[in-house]
Amino acid sequence: MVAIASKHKSLALLGGVLLAQILMLAVQIKRDSRGRLIRVWAISAAYPFERGGAWGYGKVRGVWTHYFALQTTSRENEALRMENDALKLTIAQLQSRAAEADRLAALLSFKQSHQEVPMAGARVIAASAGTASRTIEIDRGERDGIRRNMAVITPDGAVGKVIEVYRDSAQVLLLTDKDGGAGAMLVESRIQGPVGGTGDPTMLMKYVASEEKVNVGEKIVTSGMDKIFPGDIPIGTVMEVKAGYPFKQIRVQPAAKLDQLEAVIVLLTQAPVEFKKDADTQNAQTGAQPSEPGAQNPAARAPAAAKKP
Amino acid sequence: MSETFELRSGETHIEVYKFLPGAVVAVTVAALVFQASVPVYFSKLEILDLPLLVTVYFGLSRRNPSTGLLLGMVIGLSQDALSGPTVPLGFYGIAKTMIGYLASSIGARLDTEHPAARFALIFSFFVLHQAMLGLIRRLLLAQPETWFNLHLAIAAAVNALFGTVLFVALDRLRRSS
Repeated sequence: MVAIASKHKSLALLGGVLLAQILMLAVQIKRDSRGRLIRVWAISAAYPFERGGAWGYGKVRGVWTHYFALQTTSRENEALRMENDALKLTIAQLQSRAAEADRLAALLSFKQSHQEVPMAGARVIAASAGTASRTIEIDRGERDGIRRNMAVITPDGAVGKVIEVYRDSAQVLLLTDKDGGAGAMLVESRIQGPVGGTGDPTMLMKYVASEEKVNVGEKIVTSGMDKIFPGDIPIGTVMEVKAGYPFKQIRVQPAAKLDQLEAVIVLLTQAPVEFKKDADTQNAQTGAQPSEPGAQNPAARAPAAAKKP
Repeated sequence: MSETFELRSGETHIEVYKFLPGAVVAVTVAALVFQASVPVYFSKLEILDLPLLVTVYFGLSRRNPSTGLLLGMVIGLSQDALSGPTVPLGFYGIAKTMIGYLASSIGARLDTEHPAARFALIFSFFVLHQAMLGLIRRLLLAQPETWFNLHLAIAAAVNALFGTVLFVALDRLRRSS
């Protein structure tokens, strides 16, 4: 028993002494590119633990991040959702401004192409409070030269007339109002008759004899006979024709978008206005020479010629 | 005086020798000085490894593994220190520590007093010593080393022969009973 204990003791001593000398050797030995051997051994011995530690830390962190730290994720999600809503709102505002810019650009283009006609651009600031009437309020008034019964149009067509004028604003009665209307004329057949509102989004053309031939899709323009609207301003398109006696029932789709009005033009005169076609408007925008009035629409040329002395 | 201890029950009694005071230190120093200086003048004597022979002798005589390995370590490290900067400390130290331990362990089990046994043991320990040096040089120092060749075989035989004679002389340093 004593011998066995002594043997183990000497073995332990042998191991310790050898280990100490090996370490001493390792401290002295220097490998060419990897530094001292003791450093190589130390790094090699520590590498598995370091790698294991890094792996374990990554796993623990991953579990924490993906499973336990969802509170932060939830907050981030909520913040992102709010940011997304704000961005949507911003986009909607920008789209609205872009549309408004388009409309204003169209108005400006129209004004530039009709520089000989005195007119004033106006912004729609209010609409009728109830459904009984179809009116709008614009931000131009007496100080801007606005007077009652002046025609209000858009580049698309006739809108209505001024019915009340205040110092800095005015009220416009739309063509679609029950009391609204304008002297009109079918472009192709040259048949004249007043167009008035019914309180609906559409209008009616009245007093067209039942024997007259009216086609659906036919254009209607102002006749100039009402002393409010100059001639040849688009009013709308025939959308439905019903037989009647003694007059036809002709339903008209307004040319101007009367339910989406944001900017309008007030004609400051009742002198005849030559309402140019799109091509002419584009030519005016690009600086090209406009074509001869009525050259593209022989039907429109007739009343203009008829008005000339 | 010789002391007798029963190292293992059921086996023959093996004597553990003690030496005159200072004998171990003196012999060790003399061997190291001889190894470091004499080959300078007599290059043929470079073939002898006196520190190894001393390690083996005292290991076989003392028959205590702890004492044997510590003596081997001291001799080996001293030889390293005397070998110049090209030999790192521990090179001979490790090898002679192992030789001291093995010699003590074998000496505790076998009768190593017979010259033939001593010759065989010295030869074997020389070869083992060279093998360990080669192993250390290859593994730790990353240097090429011949495991064994004719020169080493002759050196082993010469050292065994010289050691056998040396051991007889060293026996005179044993303390008389």
